[in-house]
Amino acid sequence: MNIDQIKKEFPIFDNKVQNNDLVYLDSANSSQKPRIVIDRIYDFYSKEFSNVGRSVHYLAVAATNLYEQTRMSVQKYINASDKNEIVFTKGATEAINLVANTFGQKYLDEGDEVLITELEHHSNYVPWHFLRKSKKINIEFAEVNEQGEVTLEEIKKKITDRTKIICVTHLSNVTGAILPIKEIVRLAHSKSIPVLVDGCQGAPHLKLDMQDLDCDFYAISGHKMYGPTGIGVLYAKKKWLEDLPPYQGGGGMIREVKKKGISYGELPNKYEAGTMATAQVIAFNESIKFLKKIGIENIEKHEKELLDYAVELLGKNNSVNIIGNPQNKGGVISFTIEGIHPHDIATILDEDGVAIRAGHHCCQILHEKLGLPATARASFGVYNTKDDIDQLNKSINNCKKIFNLK
Amino acid sequence: MNLKELYQEIILEHGKNPRNLRKTDNFTRDAKGNNPLCGDNVHIYLKLNDNNKVEDISFEGNGCAITMASASIMTDLVRGKEEKEVKEIVTDFLDMIKEKDELSTQLLNEDEKTKLMCLSGVKQYPMRVKCATLSWHTLTSAMNNSQEIASTED
Repeated sequence: MNIDQIKKEFPIFDNKVQNNDLVYLDSANSSQKPRIVIDRIYDFYSKEFSNVGRSVHYLAVAATNLYEQTRMSVQKYINASDKNEIVFTKGATEAINLVANTFGQKYLDEGDEVLITELEHHSNYVPWHFLRKSKKINIEFAEVNEQGEVTLEEIKKKITDRTKIICVTHLSNVTGAILPIKEIVRLAHSKSIPVLVDGCQGAPHLKLDMQDLDCDFYAISGHKMYGPTGIGVLYAKKKWLEDLPPYQGGGGMIREVKKKGISYGELPNKYEAGTMATAQVIAFNESIKFLKKIGIENIEKHEKELLDYAVELLGKNNSVNIIGNPQNKGGVISFTIEGIHPHDIATILDEDGVAIRAGHHCCQILHEKLGLPATARASFGVYNTKDDIDQLNKSINNCKKIFNLK
Repeated sequence: MNLKELYQEIILEHGKNPRNLRKTDNFTRDAKGNNPLCGDNVHIYLKLNDNNKVEDISFEGNGCAITMASASIMTDLVRGKEEKEVKEIVTDFLDMIKEKDELSTQLLNEDEKTKLMCLSGVKQYPMRVKCATLSWHTLTSAMNNSQEIASTED
């Protein structure tokens, strides 16, 4: 795999950012976009645009076909057994809200428990919190251990006979811990509990096989997979999508509308009310093709090499403290520097063109547990190189110099 | 952009050793403030005497060097001032950060103004302006005896 060649496919790297070459280490937040994805949006709007699933004219039929092709591409990419198990959403956040709302409506009652983990992003906590208010359910947290991971044993410990659904991240956006999803699903299913996986960080970096993972729901964010913003995917087993009530009401999701009653459309329309992010869905197909062309196994291997290199290099840099040391870790390094607040680190790194994130990364529960109000985070994508990590380390040393640290 | 302007010695020094980082005994007013984007937070404690003068002011909280330095310098400068004067200084500071080149208040001497102007480096860093203004917005809340949490988001 030739990274220099791959990097050339991303126009963002053609330009200087504040007179520096861009060292983009914020892919866990959102990835950059390859030219084919950007061009696809332009081409669709300029030559092929029409709304999908409504009219019978030529452009409408062609657009509908393109839209449905992405659905089939996603189905194949994540090895779902049916294309109707792929629901397009505006992002992973909406995907999780969809499940919390519909599953909550039908299956959760006062005193029931939703089991999540301390690693969860706010998007896999807040939607469930709404039900704490409206339905008086309880939310239980599987705890993170000293390595920054949540183990199968810990999940097992927290399951009770009131647990109605387990919602876990595939890959922590803070510690990088990769959770044993397959084992968690097997355990949960042995107790007839469904599992939702927040796959925001999993999908861009790990090989996905829904039939093998066997989870009930898997939420995907398009913009973290080298795709456009405004598009996500909810994978859900067909039995759930058929069983659960609709989420949003509107055009496209109905079969028949009468003054006295309404019947809803078939899958996948049932969950795609209103005009969807058509251009983004169609361009997302190019992201999938891009990932397939390189091969997710190659991306995984490349990011693992970067991670090992970064852990070693930053590990040698005294005063850098890496958060968590999970056995199974993806391309995310959160760190602190004694005596320099993460926001100051981020501002100083930015001056060298090094883009990282600082803050709680939408994981306040985890940061509270760690006793840290904020951390700095470098996260990798397919376009990163060891040079990027060398620059990160150099810029960290510059921070220390400005703050008069040794 | 100039990091040296942002991280002047005086900012680094106040950031590292913030003055008045404690809780005033028998405070008469207080307010909390936070910056929801980054999680920085401050809690200002104010003790006004019978003449409505600031007898003591202190703060608790955590944040970046800019947030801490700004709260530190602010608490130093408003001690001993009357309520009305504090409000004038706050307004003057916020105007300076927002749009004006200089401070115009007559209530601070040149040394004090120079100290405050050290915070003007954030003007070149729009994302960091809120770090410099958080404690000032919170002080306004405390003066108004507002029970609401001051926020850098309008």
